[in-house]
Amino acid sequence: MKLEGKVWKFGSDIDTDAIIPARYLNQSDPKQLAKHVMEDERPRFSKRVKRGDVLVADKNFGCGSSREHAPLALKEAGISCIIAKSFARIFYRNGLNIGLPLLESPEASEEIEEGDRVRVDLSKGEIFDLTKKKKFLASPIPPFMQELLRDGGLIPHLRKRKKWFRKK
Amino acid sequence: MKKNPPMTIAEKILSAHSGRKQVFPGELIEVRVDFALGNDITAPLAIKAFKEIGARRVFRRDRIALVPDHFTPAKDILSAEQCKVLREFARQQHIVHFFEIGEAGIEHALLPEKGLVLPGDLVIGADSHTCTYGAIGAFSTGVGSTDLGAVMATGRIWLKVPESIKLIYDGKLNPWVSGKDLILFTIGDIGVDGALYQAMEFCGSTIRHLPMSGRFTMANMAIEAGGKNGIIEPDEITLHYIKSRAKRPYRIYRSDPKAYYVQERYYDVSKIYPQVALPHLPSNVKDVREVGKIEIDQVVIGSCTNGHLDDLRVAAQVLKGKKISSSLRLIIIPATQEIYYQAMKEGLIEIFLSAGSVISPPTCGPCLGGHMGILAKGERALATTNRNFRGRMGDADSEVYLSNPAVAAASAIKGRICHPEEVIGKGLKG
Ligand code: SF4
Repeated sequence: MKLEGKVWKFGSDIDTDAIIPARYLNQSDPKQLAKHVMEDERPRFSKRVKRGDVLVADKNFGCGSSREHAPLALKEAGISCIIAKSFARIFYRNGLNIGLPLLESPEASEEIEEGDRVRVDLSKGEIFDLTKKKKFLASPIPPFMQELLRDGGLIPHLRKRKKWFRKK
Repeated sequence: MKKNPPMTIAEKILSAHSGRKQVFPGELIEVRVDFALGNDITAPLAIKAFKEIGARRVFRRDRIALVPDHFTPAKDILSAEQCKVLREFARQQHIVHFFEIGEAGIEHALLPEKGLVLPGDLVIGADSHTCTYGAIGAFSTGVGSTDLGAVMATGRIWLKVPESIKLIYDGKLNPWVSGKDLILFTIGDIGVDGALYQAMEFCGSTIRHLPMSGRFTMANMAIEAGGKNGIIEPDEITLHYIKSRAKRPYRIYRSDPKAYYVQERYYDVSKIYPQVALPHLPSNVKDVREVGKIEIDQVVIGSCTNGHLDDLRVAAQVLKGKKISSSLRLIIIPATQEIYYQAMKEGLIEIFLSAGSVISPPTCGPCLGGHMGILAKGERALATTNRNFRGRMGDADSEVYLSNPAVAAASAIKGRICHPEEVIGKGLKG
């Protein structure tokens, strides 16, 4: 899987309230959520982001609440992949579960700047900064989670393997 | 007979639920889930996922709780629709533990109170503060909606075995210091990602004397340090709490003396005084005596962190016979109906009302900026909740400070953040 897009850069400890404030959680339509993504953090973000763009952040991205509305809103807004120094645990699960690739790479997070164009090779875990002409390696995604991503998330993954269900 | 290798309490519960003799930190394992929960924000998406997976029946109708607690009593039409999704799913699946307002409360106070989560359980909840039940010796962690949908369908989930970190608290608590101060101090010490992906095991002589309410508060905020779960070995205090509530068997696990911890930290609690977390991170803590003059517009006492009966008792002790400052609003939210009822019987509600506070029905309400006390631009609140992220309680330009209930109550009287001793002298410990 290869992705390419323009970079939006964020700092550390970006919490899920910043990604999508609770005042919009009285519904869960991804399109509605996407309209307000990051609005307190960066006004008009949802209007400016383009399909395929990449979000690069510092440490502990997505900390706080378990709201899956956060990765959903980012994905729906067009973000194709998030690169960070580290992710908060629930956000990491949620991202993979809904098929939004997340890569951990402290170097890439340090060096890539807002507006750079990057290309990401997910299977190899390689990140190319096309603007700076530099390559970074992300920590490898465990094989089981790669399988999840290839299937498109947890739902299609489980649908493919019906073995677990009680059918009645 | 060969002895099992040493493990922590978290590892023991995980290995028992994975059907293996031993698990190692870092391993991805598949585990059996004893209890699962969702709320009015997370469950609608989980129910959607459940249907999309193609599942027809939930794994066990008596092991799922659906608790509409965040925007309830429904604050608007959209919220009402979300509650309706839960209600209809619960009916269709014959889910035993669906809690309508009137019998409900904030999920993380409600489930232990009803004896639905027990020591040794593996609990998965679509809410980040699911880690609260570690206080009774369960392995309990938060996930998102899709994960919950999958758990409801299969009764199983994949987890990475966390490394464990041991936090030892020793000594006698200072006046007006509670579990909240210990956990705030700890988060201030290790940072909001200080325990990222890790199991935080709280132990030491202080913990052994801490009441259940304080233990719930500590385990509750493990997530604020990035932890996967917080956990406390069950003891007499736990069993006393559990015995009258449990309706099914449970198991007590304890860490082996030689178990491996990536890190051990020791806290001499005689040096810990009431703490306040300043905006906009829970790790931004200070001793209350060092915060300076911070005037506030609103005080909130409640939430899954500090909406327990003990918390209300402490607040009442401070507020008794006094009036709150005319410059602010005080909102008090008993976490469950049961707590509300008890508070009424003990006369706490009367104290709160005469002091000039407003009592909200059990709900998450303002904790997440939902309803029942939203902040306007530039306003400042002191809350006994767990998060003070930017805009958490309202406008993006409002501020939230975090403290224990005694500090919150005293500050409501003074109109600025203060030590309870400024209002009432040396009191009981919470
Ligand atoms: S009280 Fe606050 S932290 Fe607790 S479950 Fe409700 S919204 Fe979450």
